[in-house]
Amino acid sequence: MIDAVVVSRRAVLAGSGALVFSFSSAGRLLAQQNVPPLSAASPAPALPSSLNKTPLLDSWIRIDADGSITVFTGKAELGQGINTALIQIAAEQLDADFDQIKLQTADTALTPNEGYTAGSHSMQDSGTAVMNAAAQVRQLLIAEAATRAGMAADQMKTQHAAVLAPDGRRFGYGELVSAQLLHVEAAPHSPLKDPSQFKIMNRRIPRVDIPAKMTGGAAFVQDLRPNGMVHARIVRPPSYGAQLVSVDDAAVQKMPGVLKVVRDGSFLAVIAEREFQAIEAMRALAAAARWRETAKLPDQSALPAFLTSLPAQDITVLSQQSSAFAKQSFSATYTRPYLSHGSIGPSCAVAQFDDDALTVWTHTQGVFPDRDAIAEMLHMPKEKVRCIHSEGAGCYGHNGADDAAADAALLARAMPGRPVRVQWTREQEHAWEPYGPAMAVKVTAALDAAGQVANWDYGVWSNTHSTRPGSAGSLLAARYLAERFPEPAPKPIPMPEGGGDRNSIPLYKIPHIRVIYHFLPDMPVRVSALRALGGYMNVFAIESFMDELAVSAGADPVAFRLKHLDDPRAREVVSTAAERFGWTNNPHAGQTGRGQGFAFARYKNLAAYCAIACEVEVDRETGRARMVRAVAAVDSGQAVNPDGIANQIEGAILQSMSWTLYESVTFDDTRITSVDWSTYPILRFSAVPESMEIHLINRPGMPFLGTGEAGQGPAAAAIANAIASATGKRFRDLPITRARIKAAIGA
Amino acid sequence: MPGPTRLGRQMRAKRLLGFAVVFCCFLALAAGGLAVIAWQPAIAPIVRPPATSFDPGLVKLGAELAAIGNCDVCHTVPGGRELAGGRAVPTPFGTIYSTNITPDDETGIGNWPEAAFRRAMRLGVRRDGAYLYPAFPYDHFTLVSDDDDKALYAYLMTRQPIRAQAPADKLPFPLDIRLVMFGWNLLFLHPGPYRAGAAHDASSNRGAYLAEGLGHCGACHTPRNALGAEKPNRKFAGSVVDGWTAYALNAASPAPVPWNAEALDHYLRHGFDENHGVARGPMSDVADDLRSASAEDVRAIATYVAKHMNHAVPENDQVVQQVELQDARDKSHADASADSQSNTLRAVDTENDEGAVIYAGACAGCHEGPRALPYGGIDLALSSAISGPSAGNLVNIVLYGLPAAEAVRAPIMPGFAAAMNDAQVAALARYLRARFSDKGPWTAIARRIHDARSRQRVATASHAPADAPAPSGTAQRTNNEAQRQ
Amino acid sequence: MKLNVNNAQHDIDVDPRSPLLYVLREDLRLNAAKFGCGLGQCGACTVLVDGEPVFSCVTPVALLADKKITTLEGLGTIEDPAPIQRAFIEGQAAQCGYCIPGIIMRAHALLQKNPRASEAEIRATLEPHLCRCGTHMRILRAIHRAQAMLMSASAGGGR
Repeated sequence: MIDAVVVSRRAVLAGSGALVFSFSSAGRLLAQQNVPPLSAASPAPALPSSLNKTPLLDSWIRIDADGSITVFTGKAELGQGINTALIQIAAEQLDADFDQIKLQTADTALTPNEGYTAGSHSMQDSGTAVMNAAAQVRQLLIAEAATRAGMAADQMKTQHAAVLAPDGRRFGYGELVSAQLLHVEAAPHSPLKDPSQFKIMNRRIPRVDIPAKMTGGAAFVQDLRPNGMVHARIVRPPSYGAQLVSVDDAAVQKMPGVLKVVRDGSFLAVIAEREFQAIEAMRALAAAARWRETAKLPDQSALPAFLTSLPAQDITVLSQQSSAFAKQSFSATYTRPYLSHGSIGPSCAVAQFDDDALTVWTHTQGVFPDRDAIAEMLHMPKEKVRCIHSEGAGCYGHNGADDAAADAALLARAMPGRPVRVQWTREQEHAWEPYGPAMAVKVTAALDAAGQVANWDYGVWSNTHSTRPGSAGSLLAARYLAERFPEPAPKPIPMPEGGGDRNSIPLYKIPHIRVIYHFLPDMPVRVSALRALGGYMNVFAIESFMDELAVSAGADPVAFRLKHLDDPRAREVVSTAAERFGWTNNPHAGQTGRGQGFAFARYKNLAAYCAIACEVEVDRETGRARMVRAVAAVDSGQAVNPDGIANQIEGAILQSMSWTLYESVTFDDTRITSVDWSTYPILRFSAVPESMEIHLINRPGMPFLGTGEAGQGPAAAAIANAIASATGKRFRDLPITRARIKAAIGA
Repeated sequence: MPGPTRLGRQMRAKRLLGFAVVFCCFLALAAGGLAVIAWQPAIAPIVRPPATSFDPGLVKLGAELAAIGNCDVCHTVPGGRELAGGRAVPTPFGTIYSTNITPDDETGIGNWPEAAFRRAMRLGVRRDGAYLYPAFPYDHFTLVSDDDDKALYAYLMTRQPIRAQAPADKLPFPLDIRLVMFGWNLLFLHPGPYRAGAAHDASSNRGAYLAEGLGHCGACHTPRNALGAEKPNRKFAGSVVDGWTAYALNAASPAPVPWNAEALDHYLRHGFDENHGVARGPMSDVADDLRSASAEDVRAIATYVAKHMNHAVPENDQVVQQVELQDARDKSHADASADSQSNTLRAVDTENDEGAVIYAGACAGCHEGPRALPYGGIDLALSSAISGPSAGNLVNIVLYGLPAAEAVRAPIMPGFAAAMNDAQVAALARYLRARFSDKGPWTAIARRIHDARSRQRVATASHAPADAPAPSGTAQRTNNEAQRQ
Repeated sequence: MKLNVNNAQHDIDVDPRSPLLYVLREDLRLNAAKFGCGLGQCGACTVLVDGEPVFSCVTPVALLADKKITTLEGLGTIEDPAPIQRAFIEGQAAQCGYCIPGIIMRAHALLQKNPRASEAEIRATLEPHLCRCGTHMRILRAIHRAQAMLMSASAGGGR
């Protein structure tokens, strides 16, 4: 029976004349076509997104004999609602009820390896894979039922996780599966459901994780309490690269509850029975430690000059007939500081070392790379290390999670048989997380006689935007062990994703354009990926500069942008945001202190489109800028959970507002000095705008477009443009603090 | 002479009546005369000059001077519109509301000519001739020179005009008759402007001019008599304002490490000094403003005030004291990373002292950590609040902490009003006083706690009325009085 | 010592200096109150003591012997959530959700004392709380929703 099914499965998946949607890579529209059966001679076409790396269908969908359905994903819930969205997709394509599906997220022992939950790829990669896999699984189930019923497949229907024959016979999915039914590679094309038939996708299904979080359920890695768990705290050095000269831990060893003091080179930690005991022991241990500090940090007040003076690898991102500039050219330099992820919950991990195997519960964005790095650090075979994703607080990129996992792994090895919980302190999270890099942008452009941008010369300076594991040297602890793992040389992330050059190519049509990425390998301050990567800065710079050009052309900022955009989806988000905002040219003449601003970008020029219009009020006396209201339009392709999309954009606007108006990491010549919320203030409720509207443009059947990072760049520029409109002064250096505004507008 | 007949009695009564009438006429004449003497003419209103008519340099100077005068603190409701008045100033006599000093034509000073502003500063008289109450410290501002008044006028007239009418003052009869201030002024106002003393050098003169004039330090730091005037022979002897002790700025200063000019200058400009702590309560508003004042001027004020504090302690001894204290602290703080992960855990008898247990659990984490001021908790052995004459300041801090300031780097301290009951706050206060000062125990701790909680209830009630619209969020002040936990 | 948490008496044997947060999470295995900073700066640890919000991360249990402590778990359960919890669930007022329990406790305390709290009062009350995901708009909407639920419940006489 199994063999017979194998043969027919290939044919089934190759297409039987039913409506078939072929996979499309992001950016291409779906095409409807009848697909001929695969012939042995043709090369295997690429599979949709993550299926390409993990082609077996039952890696993604498992159906047990009792009918329970489990969907597997290599992506992790970060608070963006991905768990719910993936279940929606699977339920829709399988024709099962939402509640019939369980989701298994990133676990090196159980799920596909989808790298990092990053770059807004979850829907594009995992969503597309799950969607196609589910559709193909449904097709196989229909075929199996048809065989058993002795009927043609196209006479069968599916409903509530069962196949229905026209004579009324019902085959639950559970009875149809056998060990091998789904153990087959995916085909390049899937019989996807017509979006007009959607009952679960494109619906505001409430998130599966929210009820527990609102009622004290165990939802986070911080809530894990395996039997016998002990508590650990790390004693981190006072600055990068400091060496532990001596530590007299005799008194600490005798403190109540202390089980062990662990010292390995300059890695220092204490393990105790109870959490408060570990905290007190950590304080005493830190007081007893003596360090030799060697760090040399740049002059914070001259950061842009420092960046542009560093040795650079110049990467030409784009070069299109660069020509001599027209007579009237405009130039501007934009800068941003280091920015902190600032996760509300400092990083945490639990690890247990049993026999020769290690399990780590961690909120890393990438369980597989983190596992590989930890295995290398401990000289263990990879198969002996298992990393299980457990939710943390929002991470917004590469924060301390991977390092906390490494800390826990080291301590678990020092205390075999007992689960060890490592909790970073607030100060440690602020001081040791890898920041979003400081950046500088220089741009020169010229308008032609028609007031259109003719030349554009853009340079961006930045460190790498990813020092994620990978290798042991990316783990913080591994750099301080007696056997020190060196930090790997940083590499730029290639386009079209990009790092510092993400979104450095404007979507506008500009005939002569040159974009250079000055990649800076030297990293005196620890850096890595912060949400949107270079996209935040590049969109801020491009959209601020477009506004400056519009002003000099005497043009309305929205009309100016439309003049340069051909992409109809781009035009639609721009028009929608402007219209819903009630955008008028120069509405605040005579009303002092208020201004409006507009910005647009397509994340990475291949993910979601987002346009934002906002109104800002600036108080002349204090220089305080306050967002009054914001209206955004977003196009994420086929919407799966419209509420999830709106939630992400609302959050992006407020998070970006905080970055843009308040935030910068501070340091002296040796140490990071912004180590808590008093020294790194962020948005509080008093500055939240009066209203915010998000308008979602759904594109049925179109590829999913990543949305989690689409709002930050446009929000920053919209705010800067509104402040310029309110004050008549242009601010190009982030953050646009009230002190800077006050200094510019004077007494 | 008529005898004791009925007619005689009638005639005597008539004479008495006559005398009474004559006497009343005399009183009326006297009062009328006084009124005539006291009466101040109205100064004719003007059309507000456009903001552009004022020299920007003068406006800038005015801004710096206004920073020293703290105009915005009294003339702005916390969280309200800048300089638009309406702030309740409680006095022993009743509540006075600050006025709108934006250049609004109807509700502000938009129609005041410069002469009217100068008269208000110099003599405490409004443009329409009515007397102002000395809650507006014109008894200090009288010292401000004509030139500086001109600059202040230019600054105020170029602010955003805001239409806002202050509530009516709540004063009992006869104080609600402004004319009575004539008498007060006769007794207590020594009209300026300031005259440089021959014995002082230029810098001392500047310091005296600013501190006694615009700075009006004595308005809080000098005790007042029954009529609400500063006692002339008790200058800088300390007082209590709004439930906060304004410490003595003379030899009676309770600071464990004596102040000197440098420390005071740093404190005034930055809001903290490493040996004295962080400015709290009304002083935090002062320090916020002085950030925008001229550095030289702040230094002059600091030098002048420090001289008053150090009469008794010779310069050398101060230095020795500071060095000794620093040594003691260095010994007890390891050179650890700048976070709360380390502290020294001084040996504490926690079993028998409730205050000790509370301190160890709630306070020591920050106050014995290695983080420097202003963000770390101060070493309490340096705290004036604990060495000061009254438990009031400590109680305020323990109950309400230092709430987070929006958008700016500033120390944050949680308040414990909800976590601790009165007995627990008192136990903690007693413990801190005993452990961290060499002074005798405080009296009236319970009273201070009760008063602080009452004031908070009033403050919360009056600052966020239920029907207020969502704040337009213009002037956000770091408000340490309407505490929120 | 004895601690009254969510109307139940608990015998706990801990150092009286221990901050309440660790006792709740470790000894009583309650998840809602979270460690965010341990410094009283972020509000993630907020619980109620005699109906008033406190930062449990800086409140030693020594202070709490005769007081009533309420955590999020004491308001309602996943099967039977309290109106304010339901308001947050229905409003999908969370992204990562880490900051929400503390916010709900403070909002709950406000609405108990001042059911007609204005928008301005709600915002001012929440100032001690940080939300890094930017869920503020939804949080405010959820609190208004809870207000409406409570007002109609009290009008109707039921819970």
